[in-house]
Formats: sequence, structure tokens, C-alpha cells
Amino acid sequence: MLLAAGTLALGACQRAVLNPAGDIALQQRNIIYASTGLMLLIIVPVLILIVVFAWHYRATNRAATYDPDFHHSASLELFIWSAPLLIIICLGALTWSSTHLLDPFRPIDKVAGQALDPKVRPLHIQVVSLDWKWLFIYPEQGIATVNELALPVNRAVRFDITSTNMMNTFYAPTLAGMIYAMPGMQSTLHAVLNRPGEYEGFSANYSGAGFSDMRFKLRGMDQAGFDRWVTEAKGSRRSLATADYLALVRPSEKVPAMRFATVQPGLFDRIVNRCAIPGTPCMKDVMAHDGAGGGMMPPANGSIPAPGAKPDGALFKRPHDIAPGPNVTKPRQPGAPGTTDPASPRNRDLSQRFPMTATLQA
Amino acid sequence: MSETLLKIIFGRLSWESFPIHEPILLITFAVVVTLGAVVVGAVTKFGLWAWLWRDWFTSVDHKKIGIMYIILGIVMLLRGFADALMMRAQQAIAFGANQGYLNSHHYDQIFTAHGTIMIFFVAIPLIVGLVNFVMPLQIGARDVAFPYLNNLSFWLTVAGALLTMVSLFVGEFSRAGWLNYVPVSNLQNSPDTGPDYYLWALQIAGVGTTLSSINMVTTIIKMRAPGMTMMKMPVFCWTALCSNVLAIAIFPVLTGAFALLLLDRNVGTNFFTNDLGGNPMMYWNLVWIWGHPEVYVLVLPVFGIYSEITATFSGKPLFGYSSMVYATVVITILSYLVWLHHFFTMGSGASVNSFFGIATMVIAIPTGAKIFNWLFTMYRGQIRFELPMMWVVAFMLTFVVGGMTGVLLAVPPADFVLHNSLFLVAHFHNVIIGGVVFGLFAGMTYWFPKAFGFKLDPFWGKVAFWGWVVGYWIAWTPIYIVGLMGTTRRVHHFDDPTLQPWFIIAAIGALIILIGILGFVMSIVMGIVRREQYRDLTGDPWGGRTLEWSTSSPPPAYNFAFTPVVHKLDAWHDMKARGHQRPTGGYRRIHMPRNTGAGVIISALALALGFGMVWYIWWLAAVSFVALLAVAIGHSFNYDRDYFIPPDEVARAERTDLAPVGA
Repeated sequence: MLLAAGTLALGACQRAVLNPAGDIALQQRNIIYASTGLMLLIIVPVLILIVVFAWHYRATNRAATYDPDFHHSASLELFIWSAPLLIIICLGALTWSSTHLLDPFRPIDKVAGQALDPKVRPLHIQVVSLDWKWLFIYPEQGIATVNELALPVNRAVRFDITSTNMMNTFYAPTLAGMIYAMPGMQSTLHAVLNRPGEYEGFSANYSGAGFSDMRFKLRGMDQAGFDRWVTEAKGSRRSLATADYLALVRPSEKVPAMRFATVQPGLFDRIVNRCAIPGTPCMKDVMAHDGAGGGMMPPANGSIPAPGAKPDGALFKRPHDIAPGPNVTKPRQPGAPGTTDPASPRNRDLSQRFPMTATLQA
Repeated sequence: MSETLLKIIFGRLSWESFPIHEPILLITFAVVVTLGAVVVGAVTKFGLWAWLWRDWFTSVDHKKIGIMYIILGIVMLLRGFADALMMRAQQAIAFGANQGYLNSHHYDQIFTAHGTIMIFFVAIPLIVGLVNFVMPLQIGARDVAFPYLNNLSFWLTVAGALLTMVSLFVGEFSRAGWLNYVPVSNLQNSPDTGPDYYLWALQIAGVGTTLSSINMVTTIIKMRAPGMTMMKMPVFCWTALCSNVLAIAIFPVLTGAFALLLLDRNVGTNFFTNDLGGNPMMYWNLVWIWGHPEVYVLVLPVFGIYSEITATFSGKPLFGYSSMVYATVVITILSYLVWLHHFFTMGSGASVNSFFGIATMVIAIPTGAKIFNWLFTMYRGQIRFELPMMWVVAFMLTFVVGGMTGVLLAVPPADFVLHNSLFLVAHFHNVIIGGVVFGLFAGMTYWFPKAFGFKLDPFWGKVAFWGWVVGYWIAWTPIYIVGLMGTTRRVHHFDDPTLQPWFIIAAIGALIILIGILGFVMSIVMGIVRREQYRDLTGDPWGGRTLEWSTSSPPPAYNFAFTPVVHKLDAWHDMKARGHQRPTGGYRRIHMPRNTGAGVIISALALALGFGMVWYIWWLAAVSFVALLAVAIGHSFNYDRDYFIPPDEVARAERTDLAPVGA
């Protein structure tokens, strides 16, 4: 029993968060250890004192002093306010410096104490969370993948992150802390992977029905292996042109890894500006237009939804437009595509009920 | 045409809306209907409807309203805990190819309902109930400042709870998490009734909570007994004051955010949509500007409960009363300044994150001071380990750990890897169970004899205690561990089979907590059965220090025949020390508020309004809204609001109630 618990606990320590393969995640783990240690300085004595006082001053212990009027002591009060204050001052200093040093927007200048060559630019990867899968675009390599992220080890990486609809967090615990992927917004994460191997990544922020399977493989490889991987991807029969992207963006669950030999340039930028659908105006253009026109403050997000994508408010529906409210917990029929074929385009029954078109069926 | 007519009459309600394909819900429904029929049948058989209506439902007596709030909280606790058991069961079996016994739509509703119910319909009613019952007695008042408003607040909370419960059997509840996050809850992502149920239930209950807070603050400011200056007020009243001031400040934010989301869903505005100028992140800011102070709305009164109990059972005044008061006020102010720590990972930049992280940590200083104050109250005391005091010690040992993990999460780089993880979930259950829930059980055990005149059954009380304490640690330690292994919250099934043992241990812990819950229910039942054995005739069964123990148990409707005059902190202890004798004559007539059914009627109309809006039954919504306004305005013309209890009736009540008291 004890042995089993010990094995379990030991296994836990080998996991991503506590034994990461990336330098950023490692530093974040060290912060966890350091701040926990700092706090234990006060927590452990308090826990002991609670037990000691509760035991010693029990009513049945006639040997204990009873002082029914003791309710104030200036020196004790000074102590009980200053002891936590001192700990928090130390922890606050640690927080201030580590938050700035590990700011996800801050480019990485050294790995494990070694300064990086400033001439080598970080690998640039664009991350898009779709419902419910991850799209990774490698603009320099001109390829893209779904649910598979390959990184050369010991090379700094800059992730630009956005989302098409739901809010997710981009999180590979072994690599670095998580960052939100938000529609119409771009967030950034700088990270580096130091050990080759195969790891897990996922969304850590609940985003609807397909969330639990919104996972990707993180593959760390040396530079030669990475180059081979890029060549392999370029050999894929799939490509990511606008039509393919529009098919891909339809909600789907449990999507297996896919590679795209080519990707349309500027796709990420148009996703962020919510104009990936041809004919929709880009947010930045709308904002520039508004800004130039009225002298008013431009809207935070001036994007315009695709035709038909925004439903009418409930009060404006005419009676015959009111769809009945079927109970969504109704289980899928036994023969439904999703139960037998996880990657099926029709594998979903939540939110926007678009069938995914067949263009991606490679 | 007839279909159009049906749509006009029933909106989007149709046969398909009922979950008749779902055996879990059908069985629950059958059980609820059976139990409901038994209760209704029993009430009818014993002819109790008139008594219930006259003496309870329409009552404006703060003590009865407090007790009804607590009953609501306990009933909803059973519902919320059933959700918890279902989640633990799902996560204990759903590994690899096994998808568990719940599909993701159902599971998502359960975790949403669990959080919503536990915070809004368990924690808040239990705390409002205790404040309602205890605070006016502690300040020597006859009732709260606005007795009718108190009744209305309670019934609006009931209406919200009922609307949430209706969603179990008619339609479905939200799947967007306990704060109903956009974009999941946007109209295009959730066109179903779920978010509407959520929003309307909480809007209705939220009005009740806001009104109740206004009532409590006014009562504490204006109705303290003569001589009770602010710094002679019991600590529980101080914490109740700070908690309700906080609630007044934050609930309008929540109501506003929900109103905007309702506009998005019903009128087609774009406050929180992804396009057309909408900004989902704004919703997150608004709900957390409510959400973080809400934690302190819940925990501050509980700190007050611990303070009262520690002082009473240590046989000493609270150590450092004024530093306790200042700590409470400081926490109140700081709690407004930390909401952003709920989304450090949104990318606010290092300086902003540092500010909110350090502001969060600073809260640990007054909280730590409080822990030390309780510690030094025990120091050189004579601690009687009766049940309430056992809860206090368990709280201190448990809460300190939760506080530590909380401060850890306030360090942004640590939060980047622990945010949204099960470590975070374990942290807030650590502080909510170890802090709020333990305190509520301590408070209910402590004040139960005041409310009913007999103590709870101590054996079953101890079963409840050990079930909760042991169950908590067994259920949540594994969740801390899997959180540190990088496991995320709200996950429906897992790939990694090595995690499974941890989730099985957690499920066993949840079952042990179930023993604790049943033990508490049994301690009430057995307490009632053996009430003659546990009867307390003194009104002061624990050797209390504050004014609520100076009157009989249960207190008469008017609380105090003569308004007490306060000279010192711990007024009742002071009175006892100076040989207080209870007066036996010279009674005067007592001015009392009259009961009214307006609160029940308005809340029933609010429930109908909510149901109509959820299902797009516009005529029902319109009719109930107009009727609601009419009743509210009509009631304002009701001038028959008060009456006097004549002196001889007071004398009679005092003799029967208080004969043995005053020794």
C-alpha cells in the first residue's frame, strides 16, 4: 500500500510540470519550489503551534496556565503582522523579478545560463486554436500542421497565438506555461525545448464539447531531424489554401494529426483580423477607416462576421423562426459518424451546425 | 398556422425539450416527484399549509427567514453534492477508450451546475441565513432594518434556485462553466436554453442578494443597542458588515455583465461577441471583478464565526480584537484590487501581472494576522473541544494549506503552469471547504441550540465532522497531485491511464464526504428525536459572550423584552460578570412588523418571468412582468404593516420562555 503510494508519488515527480524538457517551464517550476519553500518558513511553525496550543490548553489539562483576561499584547501583535509581511516582501520581490524575466512576450536571450547567439532569429510558429483542434503554421518553412507541433531542440521559438471562435489556452506543460488563444487577438509566447522526445500539449481552457480531445503531439528533435520532418511535411498531398482552411475551420472533434505541404501566405494575419473568409473586411482596415473617419475612438474590435454567422437576437425572431429547443444531452445515435470514425467531418452536434465539407478528405 | 400558434403559446418549448432519453434524469425526476408528493401529502394530511403560510412563508421575522435560508442552503447542498459525486465517478472511470457514463454535453452541464449551485445557492444562502439569524441578536435589535425586504430577498433567492432546478427536467442547464464564460455562452455557440436558465436564475437571485446586503448594512449601522459603538460590536457583526458592503459594491457589476450578455442573446447587441466590436475578454474582467470579492463575501462572515467560537470555547476574549477588525477592513478593500489574477495568462504584460500578483499576496498578511489571532486566543485558554471548536481547529489546519497554495498561484510565472489546472481546483476547494464549509458547519452547530432550544446530536455531529475532514483530505490531495502533473480542469475523459489511481482515490474521498453530509443531516434528525435529552433551558448552553445568548432559546419574536445596554465588548459576558438579573416586570408594549405575502407573490412572478424569457414565451414574460410591477406598487399602498404586542402578552411570553434563565 505504502509502496504503491510511493511509486505513484515518484511517478508524479517525473511528470511534465515538475520535470520539464523546456528551459522556461524549468524556471517556472523553480519559482514554484522557491515560493513554496519561502511560505513553508511560516506555514510549518503555524501548523505546529495550532496542534501544540490546541493540545496543551485543552480544558482537561489542569497543568496549563489559564489567563481568562489575556487578549492583548503589543509585542505579539507586532510579530503577527510583521512575520507574514516579511515573507510577502521577499515573495513580492521574487514575483516582480520573475514575472518580468519570464514574461511570455520577452524574447529568450539565454538558455540554462548560456547566452544565445543573437544573430540566430527564433523559429517563428503561428498557433491557431480552431474548434476543436490546433493549427500550427510555420511561415518560414511554408508548411502547416494540425495537432502536431515539431520543434528543433535548443532553438528559441516565438509562438504567435490566436483563435477563430472559442477561447483556449495553448499549453504544452513540458515546454512553457500556458497562454490564452483569443479570437481577434494575438498573444505571444517565447519558449525553448531542450530535450528531444515526444510530449503532450493541449488546451487547458474549457471551450465546449470537443475540448477534452483538443490535444496535440509535441515532438522535440535535433536540427537535422527537424529539417527531415519539414521535408516530409512538404511531401504531403494536402495543402492549406483558403477553401481548405474554410473546410478545416468547421468544428470537429478528435482530429488526427495532419500536415499541409503549402499554406496560403498571410493566413494567420487574416485569421487575427477575422477576414479569412474572402469578401469580409479585415478588422484592421475597419478600424483604420473608423479612426480616420469620425475622430471618434476606434472600436476595440471592428470585425464583421461572415454572412449568416451571427444569429438574430431572440426577441427579433418571428414565431415560425423560433427553432424548437431539443435537449442536447440526447446521445448520438449508435451509427452516427462520430462514434465510429473520430475524424469524420460530421462528428459534432454542438453550436454552429455546419457540416464540414469533403475537401479535406485526403 | 397552428404551428405558429403553438410557437406563440409555448415558444421553443416542445416535447423534445424534455430529457426523456436520459435514464439518470428520469430516475432523479421520479425520486424528486415521489419525495415531493410525500412532503406535500404529509403537509396536507396534518393540515400544516395554513401554519406554514402564516408562520413561515410570509414571516418577516429575521430568525425565521434565517432558518429558511439555511434550509434552502442544505437542500441545494444535496443537489450540488450529487453533481460532485457524478463528476468524480465520471473522472474515475473515463480513461483511454472508456468515455465514461456521461456524454460531454451532460458532463459539461454537471460541472457548470455544481459550481453555480454551490456558490449561489449553497454558500450564499447559508451565510446570509446565519447573518440573518445571528447578527440582529448580537447587536441587540428586534429585527432587521427592512423586515419585508428581507422576506422578499429570501423568496427571490428561492425563485432563482427553483429556476436552476427546473432546468434539470425541462431543457438543459448552461455548459459554459460556473461563470458562464463567453464565447461558449454566446448565442451562436450556445443557442440552447442553458445560458438563459443560468442568466435568469442568477439575475433573480442576485436582486435578492443585493437587497439583502443593503438590509444588513443598514441594520448594523443604524440598529445597534445603546452603548454598542462600532468598536464594541462582536467580530461576527464586523465581518458581516464588511461582507455585505462588498456585496453591495460587486453584485451590481455581475448584474450588469449578465444584463449585457442577455442583451447579446436576446436583442442581438455585440458586447461580448467575437465580431462587430464585441470583446469576450471584457466579460471575463467584469465577472471576475465580481468573482474575486465574492470569495471574501463568503469567507469574511465565516472568519467572524470562527472568532466567536474560539473565544467562547477558549473561555477568553478574542486576542487582538482591534487588529482583527482592521484585518477585516483591509481584506475588504484589497479584495477589489486583485481580480486580474484569475487570468494572468491573458497576456496583460509583466508589470500589470506583477501588480495584481503582489496585491493578491498582500491579502495574505491580514489573513495571516487573523490566524495568529485565533492561535493566541487559544493560548492560555481553557479549550473545551465541543463540536464547534473541533471544526475551528480542523479549519485552521486545512485553511493554512489552502492559503499557501493560493499565494503560490498569485506568483504569475507559477500561475502560468498551474492556471486552469486541477491544482487550482484543489486550491479553491481547499479554501472553500476548509474555510467556508467547515465554518458554516461550526456556525450551524454553535447557534442551533439558540434557534431551536436543543443541541444537535453530538455523535452524528462527530460523524459529520470526521467524514468532512478526512474525506476532504482524501478527496483533494490526489487532485493537487494530478494538478502538479499538468492535468487540466473540466476534462471529460483522459488518455493517460497512469492518472486513474489518483482519480479513484479522489472518488473514495468524495464518498467519505458523503458520510459527513449524511452525518450532519442525521445529527439534525437525531437531535430532534432526542430533543428532550439535549434541551437547553438556560438560553446560554456554551457559556457564550455575546448578546444572542442573553435571551431565551428559541428567542421570542421580539428578541429582547428590554433593549440591552452595552458597556463593553463581549456584552453578555460583561453582564454575567456583573451579576445580571433578568427583569420580571415592568414590560411595555412592543412594536412589531406584520407578516406579508407580497414577497412570495413577487418571487413567484419573477420565476414565471424568468421561465418565459428562457423559453421565448413572450406573452408569459410580459404578463408576469406587468403583474410583478403591479404587486410591488400595490403592496406599497398597504399601510397595515405593523402591530403592537401588549405588555401582558410579553409578560406571559417572558414567564414561559425565560423562567429558568438569568441565574
